[in-house]
Amino acid sequence: MSEKPLLDIKNLRVTFPTRQGEFEAVRGVSFTLGRERLGIVGESGSGKSMTGRAILRLIRPPGRVEADRLELEGIDLLSLDEKAMQKIRGQRISMVMQDPKFSLNPVMNIGDQIMEIYRFHTGASKKAAYEKATEMLEAVSIRDPERVMRAYPHEMSGGMGQRIMIAMMLVTEPEILIADEPTSALDVSVQTQVLSIIDRLVRERGMGLIFISHDLNLVSAFCDRILIMYAGRIVEVCEAARLNEATHPYTRGLLGSLPRLDEPRKRLSVLQRDADWRETESVSGRQ
Amino acid sequence: MSQTDTRKPTLREWLLTDTPTSRFHARMAALYNGWLTLRSNTMAMIGLGILLFLLLIAAFAPWIAPMDPLAQDLGGRLAPPGTDGHILGTDSLGRDILSRLIYGSRITLYIVTLVAIIAPGVGLLVGTVSGYIGGWTDAILMRITDIFLAFPRLVLALAFVAALGAGIENAVLAISITAWPPYARIARAETLTIRNSDYISAVKLQGARPLRIITKHIWPLCISSLIVRVTLDMAGVILAAAGLGFLGLGAQPPSPEWGAMIAEGRRFILDSWWVATMPGLAIFTVSLAFNLLGDGLRDVLDPKEGGS
Amino acid sequence: MSELHFKDLNVWFGEGADRVDAVKHATFDVPSGASFGLVGESGSGKSTILRALVGLVPTWSGKMSVGGKQLGPKRTREFFKEVQMVFQDPYASLHPRHSVDQVLGETLKLHGFRGIDKRIEKLLADVGLGPAFRFRYPHQLSGGQRQRVAIARALAPEPTVLLLDEPTSALDVSVQAEVLNLLADLREEHKLTYLMVSHDLAVVAHMCEATAVMQNGEIVEMLSVEDMRAMRAKNPYTQHLLESASGYNPSAEQSA
Repeated sequence: MSEKPLLDIKNLRVTFPTRQGEFEAVRGVSFTLGRERLGIVGESGSGKSMTGRAILRLIRPPGRVEADRLELEGIDLLSLDEKAMQKIRGQRISMVMQDPKFSLNPVMNIGDQIMEIYRFHTGASKKAAYEKATEMLEAVSIRDPERVMRAYPHEMSGGMGQRIMIAMMLVTEPEILIADEPTSALDVSVQTQVLSIIDRLVRERGMGLIFISHDLNLVSAFCDRILIMYAGRIVEVCEAARLNEATHPYTRGLLGSLPRLDEPRKRLSVLQRDADWRETESVSGRQ
Repeated sequence: MSQTDTRKPTLREWLLTDTPTSRFHARMAALYNGWLTLRSNTMAMIGLGILLFLLLIAAFAPWIAPMDPLAQDLGGRLAPPGTDGHILGTDSLGRDILSRLIYGSRITLYIVTLVAIIAPGVGLLVGTVSGYIGGWTDAILMRITDIFLAFPRLVLALAFVAALGAGIENAVLAISITAWPPYARIARAETLTIRNSDYISAVKLQGARPLRIITKHIWPLCISSLIVRVTLDMAGVILAAAGLGFLGLGAQPPSPEWGAMIAEGRRFILDSWWVATMPGLAIFTVSLAFNLLGDGLRDVLDPKEGGS
Repeated sequence: MSELHFKDLNVWFGEGADRVDAVKHATFDVPSGASFGLVGESGSGKSTILRALVGLVPTWSGKMSVGGKQLGPKRTREFFKEVQMVFQDPYASLHPRHSVDQVLGETLKLHGFRGIDKRIEKLLADVGLGPAFRFRYPHQLSGGQRQRVAIARALAPEPTVLLLDEPTSALDVSVQAEVLNLLADLREEHKLTYLMVSHDLAVVAHMCEATAVMQNGEIVEMLSVEDMRAMRAKNPYTQHLLESASGYNPSAEQSA
C-alpha cells in the first residue's frame, strides 16, 4: 500500500497496576490501518479489545496507554487533551460494541440519540439532524426509519439494535470504525445481515475498519488482513484469503480446534500452549 | 514482575496466592485481599481507626477516666474546659465531662452492638424468606414491613418505649423494632435477583431444600450488603439512642449516656456551651467514623467484584 | 429402550393474557446412551425443555419420562441422582462465595455419599483439574476451568443422563475444544446419555447423533447428523440455519 495510512501505531502498550505488580494487557503492538478491513483475532485475555479501546484512549485510570507512535493521519492522539479527544471519538473514529443493549440509552428514543450525536459533532440544526438520522437508518436497511426514530431501545430486537448502533456510529461519517465483536450477541441468521451492512457501508464510504473478534472463520471471510493476537502481542499477520496457509502454531491450533459442519472429526485437536509464544517479539502489522 | 514486600515476603506471598492449599489457606487469602482493598481506602481506615480507638476507650474506661463519672462537686459546677483537672470542663452538678464521655462510650457501644445484631438479623430472616418463598408469604411479610415503615422512626420508637418503660434495654429494643424493615427490604430485593440465578438452580438440582438454600447460599450473599447498610445506619442509631436519651426515655440519669448529657446541657447552652457541645462532638465523631467505614466496606464486600 | 421420552410437551410462562407458550407439542425420544441435540435460535424454547424436565419450570403439560418412569410435578432426590444438568454460563452457575471444595462437598453430602475427600479428588481428576484447584474460589478460575467444575458437580451424583445447556457458548474456541473432548470422553467412560442444547450447529453435529430443530417453540424438523452434514433439510428454516452456519466459508463469501 503506497498511500499514507489512516492510523499508524507503533509499540502500543496498555498497563494496569495490580497487587502482584504491573500487568501488561497489550505488550508492544505495531500496525497500520489504511482504507481496508483489518481483523484482530484472539481469545479472551489476548488484549484485542484493549487494543481497540487504547486507540480511542478509553482505558480508565489507573490503566495506562503508552506508544512510540499513535497517530491518526499525522495527529498524535496521545498528546491530545480530553476535550480534543472527545471530538476525535465519534467524529473521526467510531466504535461499535458487542451488545447494543448496554450501548443505547434506555430512556431516550432512538431518533433523539442519533440526532444528539450528530448535532454534538457537527452543530447542525435539528431539521438537518433529523434528515441525516433517517437517511442513516435507511442506510442500515431499516425499512421504516420514521417509526424507528420514535421507538425506544427495548422495543428493538438484538439485530435491529445493533444496526441502530451502526447507524449511530456512522452518522458523523468517521474515517475509521472499530467494531468490537459486533455480532457475537446476535443469532446466527441475523449475524450475516449485520455483517453485510457493515461491509457495504465501509466499502461505499472508503472507511478503515478494525474488526475485533474471537471467530477466526468469520474474520477470514470478512476482512482483508488479519492480525492474530496472543497474550498482548501479535503472533502472526496474514492476508485473510491465505489464512489456511498460516504458519504460527497458535493460529493453526485455533483453526484445528473448531468443530466444522462440513468435515467431521472424531476428536477436536486441543491447542497446546507454548510458553515461548508469550515471550517472542510481537510481529509488526505495519505496511 | 511482582513487587514483593521485603520485610515479610513469605507471609505476603502465601496470602496473595492464587493456589490455596487448604480450606484455611483459602479463607485467609480471601480475608487478606479484602483487607488490602480496605486499606487502600484512606477514609475507611480513618473511620476504622476512630472506632478501634473508641473500643479501646470503652474497654479501659476505669483506667483512662481521670475521675468518677458520677462524683458530684457542686462547688466546681459548670467549670469551663481547661480548668485544673477538668480538661473538658464540668457539668451542672460538677461532674467531669471527659470522664462521663469515656464511660458513656460503653453505653453507646452497648446500644450500637445490640441494635446491629437484632435489626439486620430480623430483617435478613424476614426478607430472605419472603423473597425466596414468594406468593402469600411474601405478601403478608411485606405488608407487615410496610406498616412499620409507615411510621416515622423516632415516633414509633417513642411509642414502644412509652409502652415498655424507659431504660437502655427497652430503648435498644424499640430502636431495633423500628430499624429492621429497611433491612428486610434490602434482603428481599437481593434474594429476588439471587433466587433465579444459575447457581441456585444448580443446588436445587442436587435436591437441596429451601431452608438450606436460604441459609447456606442466599445469606452469605445478602449479608455483605446488609453489613454495609448497618455501618451506614449506625450513625442514625446513635442519634436515635441519643434522641431517646435526650427525651428522658433512654438511659436514665445519672448514667452518662451521650444523648442524655446533651439534654442536661441544653439548659445552659448559652452560658456554658461545653456541657452540650462535648457529647455532641463525640456523637458526631463516632457517627462519621461509621459512615466512612461503611463506604469502604462497600468496596470490599461487593460480591460482584472479581477479586483480582 | 428410550432413556428420555417427551410426548406432546407444552411449556408456558405466565397466566391468562400474559401467557407465553415457550414450547408447543414437543415430541421426541432419546435412546439410552445416545447424544441428542436441540438446535434453535434464542427464544426458540430449546433450553425451556431442559428446565421443565428438571423441574425448574413447573408450568407444563404433556408427558415426560426418564428411564420409563413418568414424571409428576415434583422432582425427588432420586430423580436428581439420575439426571443432572450443566448450565450455559460458567460465570453464573458457580456461587461466587463458595470454593470448589465447598461446591463439590455440598453436592456429595446432599446425595448421601461417604468418603467425600476421596471423591472430590476423584471428580477433579475426572474433569482434568488437579488437586491444586480444590480450594480455589470461582474468581480464581478461568472460564474453561469453571465449566469443568460445573461438569464435576453434575457428575458427582453419578447420573445416567446429563443435560447440557449450551455448555461451551461462553468459552473461547480452544477451550471449547477441550470441554467438548472432555464431554465426549466422559460419555464413553460413564455410559451417559446426553441431551444437548446449542445454537451452534457445528458443535451439535460434532457431539450428537440426532437433532431436533426448534423455531418459536415448535420442533420443525428432526435430522440425523448425516443429513445435517450433507445439508439435506426439508424445512426452509433449517436450511437457512445450515447455510448461515457454514456461510462463512471463504469460498461462499465475496471476499477478495
